[in-house]
Amino acid sequence: MKTILPVENQDPLGAIQNLLKKLLENDLVDILLVPMRTPSGTVAPTLVSDPQLLQFADPLAPVMPVNSATLVGKLSVRQPRARVGAVLRACEARALVELTKMQQASLDDLLLINIDCAGTYNVPTFIAKETALKEKNSVLLLELYQLANDQPENPPPELRSACQICEQPIYEGAAIQIELFGNQAAGIPITITDEIGEKLGLVDSPNSERSTTLEKLVAIRTERRDAEFEKIRTHLQSAGGITDLFAACIRCYNCMTVCPICYCKTCVFKSELFDHDPIQYLGWTKQKGAFRMPSDTMLFHLTRLNHMGLSCVGCGMCTEACPAELPVGIVFRAVGQSLQQTFEYQPGRDVSEPLPLITFKADEWTEVGE
Amino acid sequence: MNENHFEPKIIAFLCNWCTYTGADLAGTSRLQYPPNVRIIRLMCSGAVDPIYVLKADLAGADGILIGGCHPGDCHYQEGNYKARRRVVALKEILKNTGFDENRIWLRWISASEGTRFAETIQEITAELTKMGPNPTRSQWAI
Repeated sequence: MKTILPVENQDPLGAIQNLLKKLLENDLVDILLVPMRTPSGTVAPTLVSDPQLLQFADPLAPVMPVNSATLVGKLSVRQPRARVGAVLRACEARALVELTKMQQASLDDLLLINIDCAGTYNVPTFIAKETALKEKNSVLLLELYQLANDQPENPPPELRSACQICEQPIYEGAAIQIELFGNQAAGIPITITDEIGEKLGLVDSPNSERSTTLEKLVAIRTERRDAEFEKIRTHLQSAGGITDLFAACIRCYNCMTVCPICYCKTCVFKSELFDHDPIQYLGWTKQKGAFRMPSDTMLFHLTRLNHMGLSCVGCGMCTEACPAELPVGIVFRAVGQSLQQTFEYQPGRDVSEPLPLITFKADEWTEVGE
Repeated sequence: MNENHFEPKIIAFLCNWCTYTGADLAGTSRLQYPPNVRIIRLMCSGAVDPIYVLKADLAGADGILIGGCHPGDCHYQEGNYKARRRVVALKEILKNTGFDENRIWLRWISASEGTRFAETIQEITAELTKMGPNPTRSQWAI
């Protein structure tokens, strides 16, 4: 059903907090996972069982310190588990779908709430902006939605690079969709499953269409994405390729650590396979005359591309985490896109769609190997 | 290898049941083929982890061959189908990151195809001689 959440005192955050409260009070979920303002003022994904504490919930804060798909994985990977209501952005929801295919999460016992996402700032930028604003509330985000509605072609320059090219700012597989794009004069339009709507005592009512705003924003973001892809592909095909682009990599593995898709408890690069015998280094050095350390930097990135490129949802956590400020996200998205097109696969599209590398057809690529 | 004549080095990951046996047949049949190949035997082409292929490519191997049973004949039923998809994915990654994906070969060679094995090595060696040495031979900062 489609309905409208009434907004009082120009406080859309309050309206959303009320909806979340009702989910707990009506026993639709045991706990909620939602970004909250911690006592020290930061925003962090938090598990909540007490509806009263939802007064601190702030899923509108335009910051995504971690990709919560990994957290939902921890909450759902095994039984027994609670019924969780998770407030996720689109990229987090799509990553969660991929993790489910990898048996690192479950969508059973999960109530997914997706809020239209106008983009986020990285953590230091967010803190700086809030400090400047002095008042810690959701005004930052409303400004972003206003811009997304009125001037989609002019995003704030400090919006994360991944967000500026995100052409999937909504996730349509959610049980509750909070539709913030478009005109919200009467309140916040939401789309909600009939079952939940009825339990919350909501009724169908015509709500404003956000499709025009969304279409325009997606079109502009897609254009920008394609322009960024072209730029990075030019670099990747130039003299040094990925070797030059990632030359400054310090092998901290931050990108792999924050990536929601990289779920291996022990990455192969931290396993015994790469615990080389000291004498091996002598051979490698003599082979080429010199041998950059730590070894196998390009092997790391190419292997990570091979392991998770098909499931890359473009959340950009990797770029934000890289201390050498390498363009990790855009490289992985661009190469990921080519891979995804080769296999006609879209990460996060459908949980029943198998991962391309664990399935096959007998009569495909029949010319390969002949 | 002297400066005037480049001898390509091919690393070949061959499946035990088909291609390795086919290579053995080439040997027992005394078929001549270039000595440029270094063979590594695995039980199945599906056991070839792309990380082996990448390591060889980045270490300076001029060409990498993966040999397996013909589709439908895999000793383990499906390994070669998975290998086929892995090779397609790996080549796409190499193509998109500035490496030459043409240095990776996948070829189905059965246990009875000694001639096909010899011809494959001849073909790859000739092709690599034209392509020249892998630039990674001298890239010590990768």
